[in-house]
Amino acid sequence: MSQDRLTVPRRRLLAGSALASASLVLPGALRSALAQTPVTMGVIYVGPRSDFGYNQAQAQAAAAMKRLPGVKVIEEENVPETAAVQKTMEAMINQDKAGLIFATSFGYFDPHMLKMAEKYPKVRFAHCGGMWTEGKHPKNASSYFGYIDECQYLAGIVAGATSKTKKLGFIAAKPIPQVLRNINAFTMGAKSVDPSITTRVIFTGEWSMPVKEAEAANSLIDQGVDVLTCHVDSPKVVVETAEKRGIYSSGYHASQAALAPKGYLTGAEWDWSTPYAAQIKALQGGAPQPNLLRGGLKEGYVKMSAYGPAVGDAAKKKADEVKAAMLKGGFVIFKGALKDNKGNVVIAAGTSLDQFNPELEKMNYLVEGVLGSIPG
Amino acid sequence: MNTLAAPAVNVAPPLGERLAALFDNLVPALAALVLTVLLFSVAVALAGFDPLEVWGLILMGGFGDAFAWQNTLQRAAPLILTGLAVALPAQAGRVIIGAEGALVLGGLAAAALGNLLSAQAPPLLLWPLMALAGMLMGGFWIGIVGWLREKREVNETIASLLMSFIAIALFNQMVETVLRDPASLNKPSTRPLADNYLLPAMPGLDVHWGLGVGIVVAIVAWAVVKLTPLGLSLRVAGGNPRTALGVGLPVSWLTIGACAAGGACAGLAGAVEVAAVHGAANASLIAGYGYSGILIAFAARFSPAGVVPVAVLVGGIAASGSLLQRRLGLPDASVTVLLGFAFVALIGCETLRGRSFWRKG
Repeated sequence: MSQDRLTVPRRRLLAGSALASASLVLPGALRSALAQTPVTMGVIYVGPRSDFGYNQAQAQAAAAMKRLPGVKVIEEENVPETAAVQKTMEAMINQDKAGLIFATSFGYFDPHMLKMAEKYPKVRFAHCGGMWTEGKHPKNASSYFGYIDECQYLAGIVAGATSKTKKLGFIAAKPIPQVLRNINAFTMGAKSVDPSITTRVIFTGEWSMPVKEAEAANSLIDQGVDVLTCHVDSPKVVVETAEKRGIYSSGYHASQAALAPKGYLTGAEWDWSTPYAAQIKALQGGAPQPNLLRGGLKEGYVKMSAYGPAVGDAAKKKADEVKAAMLKGGFVIFKGALKDNKGNVVIAAGTSLDQFNPELEKMNYLVEGVLGSIPG
Repeated sequence: MNTLAAPAVNVAPPLGERLAALFDNLVPALAALVLTVLLFSVAVALAGFDPLEVWGLILMGGFGDAFAWQNTLQRAAPLILTGLAVALPAQAGRVIIGAEGALVLGGLAAAALGNLLSAQAPPLLLWPLMALAGMLMGGFWIGIVGWLREKREVNETIASLLMSFIAIALFNQMVETVLRDPASLNKPSTRPLADNYLLPAMPGLDVHWGLGVGIVVAIVAWAVVKLTPLGLSLRVAGGNPRTALGVGLPVSWLTIGACAAGGACAGLAGAVEVAAVHGAANASLIAGYGYSGILIAFAARFSPAGVVPVAVLVGGIAASGSLLQRRLGLPDASVTVLLGFAFVALIGCETLRGRSFWRKG
């Protein structure tokens, strides 16, 4: 399903891909049965829905759900991780009769969503992240998350094959495990093309700080970096700066291809319509709530942006090969012997950590080839 | 600060004069209300929505029923204290805009103390201690700004803003390193307080104690400013420092004290957020309450008591903004526009004060 998407024009891709995968998991007979059980789902965003990033990826899935029969979607953006989000959830339940709530920001989980899940045991709550734990958290709460490092690895291959200076740049928000995992996967993908490639990383310290992100982008470009990617809430500034300075960029969260028609190579995107649709299906079918939904490319939780015009055939071929292996299953990114950038062995030879391995969620190192250090 | 001089000489004004004064206060507020309604209705109509429907939803979402009121009051709770954080230094003529920094450091101090003592102290003892820690921290932080102003002639407005950036950087550094709970992998936080150490909701309400604390502090602040010799000295120092010096008032220390008192309010707001909402200090504490406090204090014309209704109004507009988004799909920015109109109208209509048409001269 992902292969033929690459040939679809981008605009249609944006609108249609989320829906396409949503309907894939809902067979026709079921879809018509669902029409009889109306459900109102609330989606809460921490930033603006049209941020070209984290929130937009969630909003695209919400938009796809609007087209499912019997589903009413209500949304609220710019909701801070304070008592305000608790009140927003309650208002969705009390004023709009929402039966399913997607709390899309990491900080909504504890204490806000947990508190509301206890207060409203008949309402189902889904949180973007991997925090839900059996026995510890309420049964009407759940987590959904994707292994987007797979896409970062593929984006790294494309970046590595395209770069002329062999210097890649990564602008990261905070040195937390999820972010480190993306930096490492991107670097390892690039190094699989050419081991001499290095990734320079700058941590801005904030999820959304456009001024610092632009400064970091310019500084990396001045150092000779010719492909930039990032892990911040909105890659908009990074991708735009790269385009303006005439270098390549690789996207994150959602597609930023529209911002960089020349230099956008590809990008690591979420496909949240998969877990959204799974939750709706369970609710409408009267099934118990799935509490832990996660997956990678194979499961349809993440996807790649369509290749941009600057990507050569060799790069496409190499990336598509690895992607096929990932879709088949069994491709392992983090395996030994793996050294960090201080020379310590972090994964011993012969050990391979598959995507579901909880060890990866504690990642606290940058792999060999990353120039930079974890602050603090 | 044109209101400052009046109470000092008002010993026992006759009823007629007091009514006129009340009218004087009401005219700008009413004019601002009418202007806001007009401006926002036009904006809404231009965007293709029915203004009547939008106003209906605003009233319903903010003040329509018991749930809406609690929603409103909950959102207002932290804003009362951050409004006071700006209103109190203003009594001494100082414009402080860095309450955000005092709030996050106050929250951090409260969380750190809570972690340190929760094994030894019962909740009823720990809560006041956490509140005190927050107030001391916030008071110290903005006290520095007051000191810089009085002793080093550094502009307090700019200094407080810059100090706020420093505070947030310091906060992040502490939360991400020495005070970090090792279990908080993807969201660095201090160690969480045990559930029985979380401040409960106020009795009969689904609103946390921040509201009650805020109202009490606002009343105390109002009483001190309006009814005590200290408050009078403060207002004289703020209204006319030269006169104040002339009559031997310690202008510098009054000013530094007012700044510290404001900082203490912000620090208390942070402590309440930690104890009642988050249970730990983390980046969610940096929610912009300190900056909202600036608007609230200005709109309340720096009256410590006036901060309460303005905070409730802002809380109500936030609550109704939530409903507007869900029912009409209006962007979040629509209530920001409404607030913008309201504040510009309020401040603009201040010029009507004392120029009432029924008065001569």
